[in-house]
Amino acid sequence: MIRVRNLNYSYGSDLVLSNINLSIEENTTCTIIGPSGCGKTTLLYLLAGLIDYTDGEIYIKNEKVRGSRRETGVILQDYGLLPWKTVWNNIALGLKVRGMEREQLNKEVSEILRELDIQELKNKYPSQLSGGQKQRVTIARTLVIKPDLLLLDEFTSALDAMTKENIQNLILNIYKKRPVTIVFVTHSIEEAVFLGQKIVIMDKAKIKKIIDNPYFGDVEIRSRIDYYNICLEVRRWLEEGKNHETP
Amino acid sequence: MKLLDKMLKNKTLHGIIIVIIIWYLLHISVESNVIPSPYNTFKRFFHLFPKVLSIHLLASLVRIMTAVGISIIIGVPFGLWIGMSKKADSIISPVVYILYPLPKIAFLPIFMILLGIGNTAKITLIVTIIIFQILIGVRDGIKEIPKELYYSVISMGVSKAGMYRHLIMPAILPRLFSALRLSLGISISTLFFAENFATTYGIGYYIMNAWVMVDYLDMFSGILALSLLGLLLLRLMDLLEKKFCPWVFLK
Repeated sequence: MIRVRNLNYSYGSDLVLSNINLSIEENTTCTIIGPSGCGKTTLLYLLAGLIDYTDGEIYIKNEKVRGSRRETGVILQDYGLLPWKTVWNNIALGLKVRGMEREQLNKEVSEILRELDIQELKNKYPSQLSGGQKQRVTIARTLVIKPDLLLLDEFTSALDAMTKENIQNLILNIYKKRPVTIVFVTHSIEEAVFLGQKIVIMDKAKIKKIIDNPYFGDVEIRSRIDYYNICLEVRRWLEEGKNHETP
Repeated sequence: MKLLDKMLKNKTLHGIIIVIIIWYLLHISVESNVIPSPYNTFKRFFHLFPKVLSIHLLASLVRIMTAVGISIIIGVPFGLWIGMSKKADSIISPVVYILYPLPKIAFLPIFMILLGIGNTAKITLIVTIIIFQILIGVRDGIKEIPKELYYSVISMGVSKAGMYRHLIMPAILPRLFSALRLSLGISISTLFFAENFATTYGIGYYIMNAWVMVDYLDMFSGILALSLLGLLLLRLMDLLEKKFCPWVFLK
């Protein structure tokens, strides 16, 4: 689904991504974790086609990424909801710009509102919502366009612990119901292990290690010891990766 | 107490009552016909309004609305251009900063020589003053849009034209309303000056003429009419903003 080959990217003279190579299979999930400034968000923006690159190659479904793709859904760190549109209109925007007929559009929006249990919010504006509600609306807005690739940038970082777990469970349930390729950028080890089949650990513009997570998909994983073992492995790589061998 | 509470809650009424009290206190302390009593002024105002004041007010209103309309038509696209293009901003903004603080009112004689002594010169004068408010308001409105919102809208698949409709225009609208409110106030005071020349219609002319005729009741009726016009226009702006920018007023 996603192939990144020899990708380099700089902001001015700062090298943000250096020789990135990464493959993500269709309908699998991948979390990218690393310290602030390691280049993980830039990598996500490049996958989303929000910023242009010149050095290297990014292919999604065998097509080179040039600008934003219609089938890619993006959820940004601060939700990106338009303050002047109600929940309903924020969700409908993606369908509207795709030229969907009004009747079909109303049906699709109503369905997604019901699926995410946010019907009662439809006439509210983003400033009237809590963090968790905003995140649900953002997820609804992204899912309604039926993307084949979902890119999420630290999408739970502003939420409290319980809401965070709820939203993570929601994403996992949605994934189980209709599998799509998902790439998460996160700085939370627990989130990376809970949501990633593949965990990519980044440091200083480079990929340091890729861990396969055999326990992905289990909603109860948080109460199992294996989960914490993988968390510990990720933590070790983040903290003292120099002592390990890269594959 | 309930009536007092109600009056305090109604901001317009509250403002009017305080102004009338101050006016009345001044009237009894000055004891001169230079400040007539509010009661007599209102009486004269209602007498003059239907046939005299309304015509002068209408003449002024037409000038103000034309000037504001022209300023929006020219100022908004220019503001959008310098807000969206860094290059345009670096070329145009320094020019704007030099022209903006100039006392354009001093150019009225030049406008009158070049454009004639009629309405064109007066309207041009107001346009040259308020267009900067609108232009700078729009430009700053665009600069305040967070980068994430651009990313968000682009990732939704919105086209360039759609970007103006869904992102840029709604983002600048509250700023535009603030600029228009300031512009209306400035238009009224500028017009008051401009209407002292080469016209016999307009509320500015009416007030100054009453002053020259030493008819303070007429003069105060004119001032009252002018302030009511200002109040009406500002309330209209509030209503329009509530209609078009409901998200600004959420609690």
